[in-house]
Amino acid sequence: MSTFKFVGKSLAYSIISLIGLSVLVFVLARVLPGNPARAALGPNAPPEAVQALMQQLHLNEPLYIQYWYWISGIFTGNWGLSLYTHRNVLLDVEQFFPATLELIIMAGIIDLLLAIPLGLLAGKMENTYVDNIIRVLTYIGIAIPSFVVAIFLQLIFGYGLHLFPIIGELSPGVTPPPRITGLYVIDGLLTGEFNVVVDAIWHLILPSFSLALGPLAQEARILRSAVVENKNSDFTLSEISHGLPDSIITTKYLLKPSLIPMITIYALDISSIIANAFLIEFIFNWPGISRYGLNAMLSKDLNGIIAVVMIAGVLFVIANTLVDVIIGYLDPRSREEVSD
Amino acid sequence: MVMENGKILEVKDLAVSYKVYEGILKVLRNVSFYVLKGEKIGIIGESGCGKTTSMKSIMRILPTNALLEGGEIYYKGKNILKISKKEMTYLRRHSISMIFQDPSTALNPVFKIGPQIYDIVKYSSDRRLTKSEIHELAISYLKQAALPEPERILDSYPFQLSGGMKQRVNIAMSLASANDLLIADEPGTSLDVTIEDQIMRLLKSIVEEKHLSIILISHALGTVRGFVDRIYVMYAGTIVEYGPTKSIFSNPLHPYTRLLIESVPKLMGKKIPEGIPGVVPSYLNPPLGCRFSTRCPFKMDICEREMPQVYEAEDGHFVACHLFRKEGS
Repeated sequence: MSTFKFVGKSLAYSIISLIGLSVLVFVLARVLPGNPARAALGPNAPPEAVQALMQQLHLNEPLYIQYWYWISGIFTGNWGLSLYTHRNVLLDVEQFFPATLELIIMAGIIDLLLAIPLGLLAGKMENTYVDNIIRVLTYIGIAIPSFVVAIFLQLIFGYGLHLFPIIGELSPGVTPPPRITGLYVIDGLLTGEFNVVVDAIWHLILPSFSLALGPLAQEARILRSAVVENKNSDFTLSEISHGLPDSIITTKYLLKPSLIPMITIYALDISSIIANAFLIEFIFNWPGISRYGLNAMLSKDLNGIIAVVMIAGVLFVIANTLVDVIIGYLDPRSREEVSD
Repeated sequence: MVMENGKILEVKDLAVSYKVYEGILKVLRNVSFYVLKGEKIGIIGESGCGKTTSMKSIMRILPTNALLEGGEIYYKGKNILKISKKEMTYLRRHSISMIFQDPSTALNPVFKIGPQIYDIVKYSSDRRLTKSEIHELAISYLKQAALPEPERILDSYPFQLSGGMKQRVNIAMSLASANDLLIADEPGTSLDVTIEDQIMRLLKSIVEEKHLSIILISHALGTVRGFVDRIYVMYAGTIVEYGPTKSIFSNPLHPYTRLLIESVPKLMGKKIPEGIPGVVPSYLNPPLGCRFSTRCPFKMDICEREMPQVYEAEDGHFVACHLFRKEGS
C-alpha cells in the first residue's frame, strides 16, 4: 500500500473521530444542569430578558438544530458569544490558545529528546549502574505529579539558583514580536527577532519540562525494555555475527524496531500533557487557554466550554494521526494491516 | 596464522553455563571438536543439548547471562576467546559466518532486505565500495543463493517473503562474510521438507564451490547423512561419539547414538519406533558421571560416578562411554 493511501486513510479516520467528538462535546455541554442565559444575566434579571437571550442563543430550539447552528458557525468563524468575555469565542481562542500550543509542542519535543537517549542507553547498558540510575530516576518521574515537579523546579532553578524565570512567557523588558502565528518562538524566528526567540525558549523550559517529565520517564522505560528484548533477538545476533559496527547496530537496527511500542505510548501521553497543561499554566502564570477554560466552566459559558474541550480533542486527534503515520513509517507491517 | 594439522577450527574442553534465577545451568561440559580446512562436519543431538550454545561460543555472541567456565577455541591457530573485539569483528566480517535456525527471526523485521544486505556487503569488503558496487555485489550474492528476481527481493520487507526465501537471503548475507567457515544452525528445520531439501542442496553446492568448511547442526540424522564428512553426536551438553559419517551410521557405538538411529521412523517399517525412554537430565543438577546414565539401558555402577573418557574404537571413530573402556586404563 502506498504511503499516500496510508496517510489518506489515517486522515479519514481522524475526521470521523472529530465529528464524533463534536457531537459528544456539544451534547454534554447542553445536558449540564442550569440555565446559561440566567447565569449570564444574573439572578435579578427579569424573565423577559432571560427569554430574549435564550431566543437569541437558540436555546429553545431542539438539540439537533442547535448543533447545526453551532457546527455551521464553527466553519464560518462564528463560534458564538462568550458569556464571560462578551465577544466571539474565536477571538478568545486566537488570543489565548497559541501560548498553550507552544507549551505543549515544547513539552512534546523535550519528551522525545530525553526519552529516546535515556531508554536506548538503559537498554544497552542493561543491569549496570547506568541502567539502575536511569531506572530510579524514571520511577521518580512517573511517581511525582507534574504540578509538584513544577513547584520543585521553580524553587530550585528559579528561586534558588536564578537560572530560569519562574513565571510568564517573556521577560518584562522584552516586547512580544509582531503577531503572525501567536507562537512567540515562531514569530520571533519569522521576523528575525532572535533575542525574543531565546527569551521565549528560556521561559518555556521549566513549564514544558514539568509537563514532559512523567511521560518521558514512562516512555524511556518502555523503550528500555524493547531494546533489551531486541538486542537478544536473532536478528541482532545475526547483525553482530556479520561484523556490523556496534554504532550502526545500536542507532539503526536496534533503535527502529524498539521505538514502535514507545511511540504508541507517546500518543497516549500527549493527552496527559494536554490535560496537565491546565495546572502548569496556573503555576507558571502562563497566559494560555486554561485560565479561560476554567472561568468558562465556572460561569457555565457553553460556547467557551465547548471551544476549549474541542480544541483539546482536536489536538489529541492530530497528535494521534501524526503518531499513526510515524508508526506506519517505523513498522512496515502496520501499513499492511490497514490495506484491503 | 599457523594451522595445526590443517585444522581451521579446534574447540577444546569447552564448558559453558548459564546463570538463571534458579541457579547455574551447567550446559556444556568437555566439548571438543575440530574442523579441517574444507571439511564438512555435522553436529547432531536433541533440541536443547547445547549445539547452538557451542556455535554461539565460536561467534562470541553468547547471551549476557552465559558463563564461559573453561576451554579454548582455536581458529586458524588463534584463541578466539582471547583475541580483541576488533580482531573478532574482522573475523566475523571476512572469515566466519553463521546462519540461524529460524529465518523469520534472523532478519530485522522493520528494514527492507536491501539496506540490511548493503550494510553487510559494505563492511565485509576490504576497501571502500561505491553504492553501485555494493548493489552489484548484493545482487550477485542473492543470485548465488538461487533467489529469483533479486531486485524485487532487495525492495521487500522480510514479512513479504516466504520462509524458504528468507533462509536464502540469510545464506546470501553469509556469502559476503564467510570466506573460510560457515556455521549453519539447523538451516532447514523450520521449513517444509521440500524447501529444506532445496536449502541443503544449495548450501552443499555453495560450500563445495567456494571450498568452505562447514559445521552443520541438526537434530535430524537424515539431513546430515548425505552432506557431511564427519559427525559429532551430542547429548546433554557433552559429545558422546564422533567419527566418519559412514562408520557412525554403519556401526553406531554409543548407546545413545544407537537408540537415536533406531528411533527414526522408517517408511516401510511395521510400527513407529518407541524412541528413547526418559528425558534429558536437568542442567541445574546434572548427573555426576555420564549424562546419559539416567536413560541408558546398559548402565553400570561406574556410569553414575565418573564421566567417561573418550576411547578410539575404530580408526577415527571415537566414543565416550564406559562400555568401551580398555583394560588397564
